[in-house]
Amino acid sequence: MGSVPAPSGKMIAAIEIQDLTKRFGSVTALDGVSLRIEQGEFFGLLGPNGAGKTTLISILAGLARANSGTARVLGHDVVTGYRTARRLLGVVPQELVFDPFFTVRETLRFQSGYFGLRRNDAWIDEVMHHLDLTGKADANMRALSGGMKRRVLIAQALVHRPPVIVLDEPTAGVDVELRHGLWQFIQRLNDAGHTIVLTTHYLEEAEALCGRIAMLKLGRVVALDTTARLIHRFNALYARLRLDRALPAELEAQVASRDGDLHVLRIGDYAEVEQLLAVLRVAGCKIVEMELVQPDLEEVFVQIMRGDAAGVGSVA
Amino acid sequence: MKSETPGEAISLTGFLTLFYKELLRVWKISFQTIAAPVLTALLYLLVFAYALEGRVRVFETVPYTTFLVPGLAMMTMLQNAFANSSSSFIQSKVTGNIVFVLLPPISYWEFFGAYVAAAMVRGIVVGLGVLAVTGPLVGLPLAHPQWSLVFALLGTGVLGTLGLVAGIWADKFDQLAGFQNFVIMPFTFLAGVFYSTRALPEVWQKVSHLNPFFYMIDGFRYGFFGASDVNPYVSLSIVAVFLMVLSAGALALLRSGYKLRG
Repeated sequence: MGSVPAPSGKMIAAIEIQDLTKRFGSVTALDGVSLRIEQGEFFGLLGPNGAGKTTLISILAGLARANSGTARVLGHDVVTGYRTARRLLGVVPQELVFDPFFTVRETLRFQSGYFGLRRNDAWIDEVMHHLDLTGKADANMRALSGGMKRRVLIAQALVHRPPVIVLDEPTAGVDVELRHGLWQFIQRLNDAGHTIVLTTHYLEEAEALCGRIAMLKLGRVVALDTTARLIHRFNALYARLRLDRALPAELEAQVASRDGDLHVLRIGDYAEVEQLLAVLRVAGCKIVEMELVQPDLEEVFVQIMRGDAAGVGSVA
Repeated sequence: MKSETPGEAISLTGFLTLFYKELLRVWKISFQTIAAPVLTALLYLLVFAYALEGRVRVFETVPYTTFLVPGLAMMTMLQNAFANSSSSFIQSKVTGNIVFVLLPPISYWEFFGAYVAAAMVRGIVVGLGVLAVTGPLVGLPLAHPQWSLVFALLGTGVLGTLGLVAGIWADKFDQLAGFQNFVIMPFTFLAGVFYSTRALPEVWQKVSHLNPFFYMIDGFRYGFFGASDVNPYVSLSIVAVFLMVLSAGALALLRSGYKLRG
């Protein structure tokens, strides 16, 4: 799938959101959110319940209207250019919804027709094949298991071959085997050039799949960076130390936590390990136990949501 | 940034797909959506025929049972047109699958057209069913079929639109049931289905003439007997204006995204 350049030659963003605000009565669901997601990215949108992730996706998909700000899909405004914007976007909704009157194939044909595509059976068959739905093509939606219904939702989002695909917690309530199968499928879509935007509560998957991540909290972007830099920047490196005597006074400022004689020190990176050892050597401390710990995305997430990570406000 | 005016470049495929989907839904539950209302109309006819045949004549020469059939057919058409768009819409809203038609680039015109056209088709199919079952029993004449057809189209269009508005407005099934039981049912029942308004006291005649459903039934009946309580051109004008006003309201609701796009 080729990328779309702007007339100026600069690459058009897959999704560009500027100063988006959405209020529901007195509740501010989105508070001036700005984001730019490039074509071909696998982008993670993380945050606790109520952070504004689904509201953001709803505005992109035209299911909700912003109070102010703009959102564009491949350069097309989701309000003034809604027809093109929606054709370019495939959305897998969070809720496991289905129309109980129809079969899987009828459901996919209808969805195809809504997007203006007739005689799309070859692609529908291919999508069903990739999602292991071929055997259920003529089964009524009511007869499917939850996991199968989830696959149909994904197939519905892909039926018009959108270059930008948004998945709102697509693996919620899905068993491990199916979840891994779905991720492989979505990874293949990304490899084929589709831009993927993912919200999930499974942070280890976001860490494994997403090249860049935005974290939302109370309707604001509180962190935005590559997954690797987020983990490194917000956590640095921690040294868990047990010494034969008290911690030297010059290291007290680095103490992140303490459990008896076990000290957890925040150090910048691996280069500072030598400096730490030098301080201990000069103080005459003998190391009883030492472990270098690099927290995963889940710990980064917890810290950022608590608001106690260094540099939380700096979004790149 | 590219700009589009909503309503421009209407995709016929989106409209046709939504229309077909609505018809297929009706077909899949045709026992409930078509056979049941035809049976109900037949039961009405049998009960009223037994109770009143030979005692009442309308338009001076028309036996009561014969008079009753077009009114019953039109009432059934109106109620089913309303039921179709309203129940389809509220089911989609409550179950959440309305999202499948909100995500694609379907314009509000296509939305409106598909739901109302499907409601009209169901109403007219049910009406034809009622006429097919009851007409031969009473030797129903057909003086001006074009008038009956026009009023069938306009009447089911009005109720299909009203059903769409009710479906958009209602958040729960009981709200819709309230609308159906306290608005649609009384207005259709008191629209001269079972009697000629000429037989009513003057005050009630005037009250009946405030009911827009009366003109739909009276005009439809004119197509069969060549006689009506009100000049059919007057009825046609009133029903057409009513349809235009309702359609404008429904389109405005859809365009604004009221209760659909938060």
